[in-house]
Amino acid sequence: MSEVLVLVDHVDGAVKRSTFELLTLAARLGTPAAVFIGAADAGARVAEAVRAYGAQRVHVVDDAPIKGYLVAPTAEALAQLARQVEPAAILIPSGAEGKEVAGRLSVKLDSGLITDAIDVTEDGAAVQSAFAGNYTLTGRVTKGTPIITVKPNSVAPVEAAGAGTVVPFAAHISDAARTAQIVATQPRQATGRPELTEAAIIVSGGRGTGGDFTAVEALADELGAAVGASRAAVDSGWKPHTFQVGQTGKVVSPQLYVANGISGAIQHRAGMQTSKTIVAVNKDEEAPIFELTDFGVVGDLHTVLPAVTEEIRRRRA
Amino acid sequence: MNIVVLVKHVPDATADRRFEPDLTVDRVGVDGLLSELDEYAVEQALQIKEKRADGEEVVVTALTVGPEQAAEAARKALQMGADRAVHVSDDAIAGSDALATSLVLARATERLGEGAPVDVVMCGMASTDAGLSVVPAMLAERLGLPQVTLASVVESQGDQVRIKRDTDAATEVIGGTMPLVLSVTDQSGEARYPSFKGIMAAKKKPLETWSLADIGLDASAVGLAAAYTTVEEAAARPPRAAGEMVTDQDGSSAAALADFLASKKFI
Repeated sequence: MSEVLVLVDHVDGAVKRSTFELLTLAARLGTPAAVFIGAADAGARVAEAVRAYGAQRVHVVDDAPIKGYLVAPTAEALAQLARQVEPAAILIPSGAEGKEVAGRLSVKLDSGLITDAIDVTEDGAAVQSAFAGNYTLTGRVTKGTPIITVKPNSVAPVEAAGAGTVVPFAAHISDAARTAQIVATQPRQATGRPELTEAAIIVSGGRGTGGDFTAVEALADELGAAVGASRAAVDSGWKPHTFQVGQTGKVVSPQLYVANGISGAIQHRAGMQTSKTIVAVNKDEEAPIFELTDFGVVGDLHTVLPAVTEEIRRRRA
Repeated sequence: MNIVVLVKHVPDATADRRFEPDLTVDRVGVDGLLSELDEYAVEQALQIKEKRADGEEVVVTALTVGPEQAAEAARKALQMGADRAVHVSDDAIAGSDALATSLVLARATERLGEGAPVDVVMCGMASTDAGLSVVPAMLAERLGLPQVTLASVVESQGDQVRIKRDTDAATEVIGGTMPLVLSVTDQSGEARYPSFKGIMAAKKKPLETWSLADIGLDASAVGLAAAYTTVEEAAARPPRAAGEMVTDQDGSSAAALADFLASKKFI
């Protein structure tokens, strides 16, 4: 069986959960193989992590010559690797950078690209959601090597023993690919909460918070959730843009989304409508968000959220 | 200096957007407008022009691809202050995927650069319809240019560009040298409204329509038949079943909400 390449998403060699999801999907299409672009000496640690999810091979590309350069070198390395192993498909995490890498790669390999897939089936079809989740599209790549970017939380990772054989790959990166460069990085202060795009549960607040996110954050912490915000809350300066859920912020698809004081404008819905379970708390019973909810509470979030947080705490005690 | 800003005419997100029987987006039967996210790109292009007003001449060209109505997006860019516009329109383009669209944009950009080279190709962060966000990367690859994307702040001096952007983990400053492809987010600064003067002036600005032949492309290279992907099915999502609703009185809903979360195994 041909290999299916999965680009490993990691922070300094610590592999993210989305990689395991992609390996699970890769096993449906062929032999799962991970591609790790990072510090060569972290290769063994990455192999240890990905073999538990079925990776038979781990192609390690030393990033020493390309660290700090954006997108183009990664696409170059992947294209060279793909020409060598002739994979059945290439799966890439659907973040901003992943999609740019995929875009360049599809031109290089003269191959079709499907972005933001939420599922991949055994026969190679990819499922996407379109128009703010109002449509579900099923499509497939018909030319070249299928390149598919997959959204986080699309599938539950399945553990499977793989050989995890480390295979170093020497990529030849052109000077032309090393042109856009990160010149400064300021890490954001760690919140201790999960990343918005990867969280299984998100509790978010909008205009109805009046700028006070205390109750929203308390419920989020009780549920081990990430905190999100609507565009109205971000535009009011209550939360930085990195918290924004919606078309121009993060597009999320968690197991549970709790919208508080958010009316449910199309902008926001486009970013959260594919969440598996949706709960909303809003004072206005006519708010469009209630068209989406599995459970809706008409009431003041500043009363409801502390009460339910307390109730959950009591039940857990 | 030459700046090309890409603008897209999209179905109005508040209208009832739908698919055609051939599973392409209905771009004709639905009201459309200049993609809101492209207005930020026009704005940043105009700001570069204005900041350099003293020393050098900067020409901002709006470039759009699409059916007849797409010219409206180009016209809006002219009203905002772009100097000229080009609309690539050809029946053969209908149904083009991102790869074919980027090919058309690349050839059109190359033609625009024949007189004086293009220094910056400015894009929005995504379209508000398909929302793939891959066209800037594909275009950069085709043109052999670096890409500096998702800028919330853009600064340029001479041929150097510095942008600021927010990723999940950090705020980054990215540097690049022109020529390059640049994309900006909705955080980059409010886009201006066309003034009455701008609207009147736009009527006199050149808006050229180019066919595929004008940019040296064969019809077989684009359109639905040349697509690298197919859509086999577009299913309208079943409306969500009406959920449970409760009205809260001084926290009275807490038990019911906790019961619901427990029934779904979240607690």
